[in-house]
Amino acid sequence: MDFSNESRVLHRCSAQIGNLLLRSLWHLVHFIISICNFTLDIANVLESYLISSGLLGRYKSLHVAKLRYLAIVIESEGAYQTSKIIELLQWLEAVGVKHVCLYDNDGRSSGFSLSLGSLGILKKSKDFILENLDGAILFQDAHENNVLLDQQHMTLEFVSFSDGKEAVAKAANVLFMKYSKSGVTDQNQKEKIFTESQMSEALKTVGSGGPELDLLLVYGPARCHLGFPAWRIKYTEIVHMGLLKSMNYGSLIKAIYKFTMVRQNYGKCSFDLHYKL
Amino acid sequence: MLREDIIIDIFSGWRSFLRKCLFRVLRVGPIPSHIAVIMDGNRRFAKKKKIDDMTGYDAGALALLHLIIYCMELGVKYVTAYAFSIDNFRRNPEEVQKIMDLTMESVMLLTWISKLRLVRVHFAGNLQLLSADIQDAAKRLMESTAGYNNFVLTICICYTCSDEILHAIEESCKEKWDDGIGIMGYDEGNDCERLIKMVDIEKHMYMAIAPDPDILIRTGGEYRLSNFLVWQSSCCHLSSLRTVWPEFGVFHLVWVVLDFQQNYRYFAKKKLQL
Repeated sequence: MDFSNESRVLHRCSAQIGNLLLRSLWHLVHFIISICNFTLDIANVLESYLISSGLLGRYKSLHVAKLRYLAIVIESEGAYQTSKIIELLQWLEAVGVKHVCLYDNDGRSSGFSLSLGSLGILKKSKDFILENLDGAILFQDAHENNVLLDQQHMTLEFVSFSDGKEAVAKAANVLFMKYSKSGVTDQNQKEKIFTESQMSEALKTVGSGGPELDLLLVYGPARCHLGFPAWRIKYTEIVHMGLLKSMNYGSLIKAIYKFTMVRQNYGKCSFDLHYKL
Repeated sequence: MLREDIIIDIFSGWRSFLRKCLFRVLRVGPIPSHIAVIMDGNRRFAKKKKIDDMTGYDAGALALLHLIIYCMELGVKYVTAYAFSIDNFRRNPEEVQKIMDLTMESVMLLTWISKLRLVRVHFAGNLQLLSADIQDAAKRLMESTAGYNNFVLTICICYTCSDEILHAIEESCKEKWDDGIGIMGYDEGNDCERLIKMVDIEKHMYMAIAPDPDILIRTGGEYRLSNFLVWQSSCCHLSSLRTVWPEFGVFHLVWVVLDFQQNYRYFAKKKLQL
């Protein structure tokens, strides 16, 4: 009896020691990773400084014309830092980016505060941002007034969470009305009923249309698009830029430069010997 | 050609023991429930090793097999792999046929593995674009493994997220029409704005079988999702690795999971918000 009690106590102690050892190892591994990440961050800051000061020659000339539509995803806390956002937009304007789409994921529709909750922080700050950015106009206004998109000034778009999945549901109802009216319900239902262009039109009808984006910069703790409208980022390059409060010009230039060097084949294979992988 | 003895070898030996020790340490922290992968870089691997492309794809299939086993040992419940996009049909027909032949071989191998380890296998995508024999084999495998729920492997084949969304909307329309709601909706006097809801669309998605991924890994050094799980990856840790897919190994998986654990609190908070 005593022996079995003793062995139970011994077993419990060894299990606790084992767990303690495992936890210590886990914390040690994470500590080492944090050190590595910190070292990488310092290297990135140094590189950004060199880029900003023009010492790295290859970043001096950017083929920014290739970047037609740029999106910026800002994590909720960063979205309140309006002055930082304006500074970022001024940098982009200086570089020559013509169309910027700003997104934060705070715009969830809620039964309680539908009108306020569905807008997103950036959408609510839209007027203030536009006032403080010389000459920038809303993308929607540019389209309505038939203003050429290759104009001198930047066009801005403000997108929120409600323009994502919720907009797709609204667009689905637009398509459903077409489906109901078309009589296609009687036809062979194995064939495709809707096309991607019909979907794009339906999204435009519900006010959530827009061009597909070339590059998406994420300002937040992790690389995640936070629910950006899926229809517009199918083939978009998604780059993590770190926190908005730590943003710097050099990293922005580097991200745009890397984008201009990318060549997409959109799933196709080219057997051209000059194809750059 | 993949062989069953390779699989048996993965499960046994001192490497397996070391791996299990490593995973035991990892399991002190949160483990992702669902990992998705874009298996990019097979042809670059073939070029680097001076072998033909199909041998590169074979190596990629073996890497996927390793990943499945590692994830089972780690405690990951769902793995989703982007095997073939609808866009890939634009490739050289000979290459497409060879990939389809590899797919058929993989279905046979997965049939064997699923019985060994009670793995549920699901094929997500527009399967009607596949040849009849592959369709039948895939459907048989899905039916025979439907009762297993220890581990779920989803192979995305003839898949794009835009096609998935359109398919889900079409199915939702047919469902509402069959329920007689379409007739009411036709009357423009009614508020038919809310006939189809997001929950209707999501239940008809090809990926409705699995929760949203926690980690989406793309190998080959690219930073885009290429129309893969864009809808499902709102709160997903996107990981881009420079290594090409056939060279993806246990240490890459460990690195990605550690990175996920470092950001776990942030993603957990975001999931609650969204």
